[in-house]
Amino acid sequence: MTLDVAWAQRWARESAAAIAAARDELVELDRQIGDGDHGENLNRGFQAVVAKVDAADQHPELVSDVLRTVATTLMSSVGGASGPLYGTAFLRAAKVSGLATLDAHAVVALLEGALEGITARGKAAPGEKTMVDAWGPAVDAAVDAADAGASPVEVLQAAARAASVGASQTSSLVATKGRASYLGERSIGHEDPGAASSALILQAAVDAAVGTASESTPDSTTGRPADVPVTGDEA
Amino acid sequence: MSARVALVLVSHSRQLAEGVAELAAQMAPGVQIVAAGGTDTGGLGTSYDRVLEAVSTGLAAAGGVVVLADLGSAILTVDSVLEVLDEGPGSVVLADAPFVEGAVAAAVTAHGGGTVAEVLDSAEHAGTTFAVREPRPPHSPVDDAGDLSQRTVVVRNPLGLHARPAAVLARLIAGLDAAVTINGANGASVLEIMKLGATGGQGLVLSATGPAAEEALDAVATAIEGGFGEV
Repeated sequence: MTLDVAWAQRWARESAAAIAAARDELVELDRQIGDGDHGENLNRGFQAVVAKVDAADQHPELVSDVLRTVATTLMSSVGGASGPLYGTAFLRAAKVSGLATLDAHAVVALLEGALEGITARGKAAPGEKTMVDAWGPAVDAAVDAADAGASPVEVLQAAARAASVGASQTSSLVATKGRASYLGERSIGHEDPGAASSALILQAAVDAAVGTASESTPDSTTGRPADVPVTGDEA
Repeated sequence: MSARVALVLVSHSRQLAEGVAELAAQMAPGVQIVAAGGTDTGGLGTSYDRVLEAVSTGLAAAGGVVVLADLGSAILTVDSVLEVLDEGPGSVVLADAPFVEGAVAAAVTAHGGGTVAEVLDSAEHAGTTFAVREPRPPHSPVDDAGDLSQRTVVVRNPLGLHARPAAVLARLIAGLDAAVTINGANGASVLEIMKLGATGGQGLVLSATGPAAEEALDAVATAIEGGFGEV
């Protein structure tokens, strides 16, 4: 499976489908430690992304064209902090993806660009219970996979797996950034909604490349075992 | 078209942005001040598209734009707009400044023909202008040498040097070829003048240096003695 413009378009659609499927779960996560709008906002944003990507006036020639459309649409339509954060992630990813097809190192560059964008915009460091705790491990895993000679799709798969693990591990962290930081210790025991949606979006990139029937996806909607964090006993 | 720097005010609240724009415009009627508050539907939040439109409007009318934003995602949204716009360095900047004080200070400096860097600097120093802090010798432009001219005037209007008269004086002084201080405060800064808290009947010491020092003192003294239309 080639990571080309058609893949990038499918990634946008798969992301929208995954976010829509997980919308209520994301709302619940954000209700626990944020202001409860993450699932709603992101769902609205990705529905707008699909409409834009599928619009007749779109004639993308490079992967970057699609990613830039995703970026500006998310910025315009999400509302709340996740719009600028995801928007900048896709914008910086676009800046290094001016290619018709991505090889393994281009996938790494795309993911590094996204992480750089999130960090530049949100100023969060690893371990602060944010999106960075999904994208950081994803980039590390992607670098290792590419260095080991993995294919472009295998690099994506490694990144998505690491993001999923990273998102789950945010449950045990204390939030120090964003609205969840007002809760301090009480944010422990709840997964960060931004990290959770990041893992979904990276899994969507894999699904767009290999099809959702892939054996690498344990759960067809979220790409990982559903866990409902209601207590802190997993910390 | 004005060559003055334009301001864009970004708040989660449409009314807050419009209110601060109104306040700043009273001090600087010749500056383009664009409010970009609230979401597209008028709710609380920030809109990428409204901010983009406001910055584009400001850029079309002025040589540069200084943006002020209130909180969290407003700042993220402005940063995102600036990254996507990718204008040349220095033509659009986001001030790290308190929203109200920064907007007022920036507007007055822009009105006086300040550059983007000068307007930005005014906004970013506005927060400390009202703060209680250890007194330090104020940096007075008058310190920068030249012969010093001085004069004493009495405040005539009962309300003293409140916002509107302070803005009138700052605009007047910014347009003169002289550096003027009022009781040691920088006469070109509306916030410095307001901070004096000068009340009706109070005497003030005006000091000036520069080519037009004497004319500057005449003009400032005349304005203060004239009572700003409030007597």
